Amino acid sequence: MSDVSTKSAGSAADFLTVLAEAKRTRDPSGIADAVPYLRAMGIETRLHDDELVCTMRFSEPLIGNFAIRALHGGTLGALLESAAATTLLWRALLDAPSMEGLVIPRVVSVTVDYLRTGRAVDTHARAIVTSAGRRVARVRAEAWQDDRERPVAAANASFLVG
Amino acid sequence: MSDSRDDSDDARASRDARDDERHDDEQAARLRRIDDAFTKAIPYNAWLGLQTVEAGAKGEGRIVLRLPFRAELVGNPVTGVLHGGPITAAMDAACGASVFLALREPLRIATLDLRIDYLRGATPGVDLFCRAECVRITKQVAFARGTTDQGDPDDPLAVVAATFMVFRDQGSVLAEGMKRS
Repeated sequence: MSDVSTKSAGSAADFLTVLAEAKRTRDPSGIADAVPYLRAMGIETRLHDDELVCTMRFSEPLIGNFAIRALHGGTLGALLESAAATTLLWRALLDAPSMEGLVIPRVVSVTVDYLRTGRAVDTHARAIVTSAGRRVARVRAEAWQDDRERPVAAANASFLVG
Repeated sequence: MSDSRDDSDDARASRDARDDERHDDEQAARLRRIDDAFTKAIPYNAWLGLQTVEAGAKGEGRIVLRLPFRAELVGNPVTGVLHGGPITAAMDAACGASVFLALREPLRIATLDLRIDYLRGATPGVDLFCRAECVRITKQVAFARGTTDQGDPDDPLAVVAATFMVFRDQGSVLAEGMKRS
């Protein structure tokens, strides 16, 4: 336990430095590297036409059904939640006058709809903030592979932001 | 007490002990087969490090998986709290496994939707237990409920409701490993 808290305390300062740098350069690509789970999953956070897109690079450990080579549904849920959370964080970063008082969104609930089989290729996700209050924000996220018009999964999520 | 009665009591006691032992061995072997089929053979479940710690009797549709804490699964580097992703994925796996165990024959299933409510953040450094139960199976759809806790089932950190498509015309890839379970 003490080992873990020391580690997280160490990376806490690093993480805030990464966020400050992302805000300064208006480039969120460093955020994914600073979040252990996103880095481990091969998830990238990039801007495409001012929209934040999370891309999950395909790798073998993401497979859930080896017979039809389909992604594990959980990886799509994780990608959608990541897109929702990083989109909120990115918005908060851009809106914040300074790094003081920046609140990292905390997830309250996620509902994932699985629409199509996730194939063994790269998967992208984006999120739209559907309502943003002082305390709660609601986000809709979609994940797609080759065709943005044919999502493989979609999610609605609520976050505490205050 | 006569000698003969002593003997028969002893004989019965040792026979009971042997039966218990055999029952325990069978249970352990069944749990190993379930663990091999659900966690070791499914790449992402193996990556998460999932372990089967309990499974309901045949047809009961109940399972408990352990998700060992590891630093790679952290989502908030400031607090050290786990990302929701691995919890969602582990609960998807547990709910799916509960449906699979409830089926009379090994059929292919796929998650339709899954809702997870995070009641609190996971305490850093502590393993998670993903408990799931299949509450109903219809011709085409199965329903599962589950909770996540860190050792005390009465203090869950997440609750889940999930539905699954049941493909009556397709066998499961897990059939081979599971046929005797």
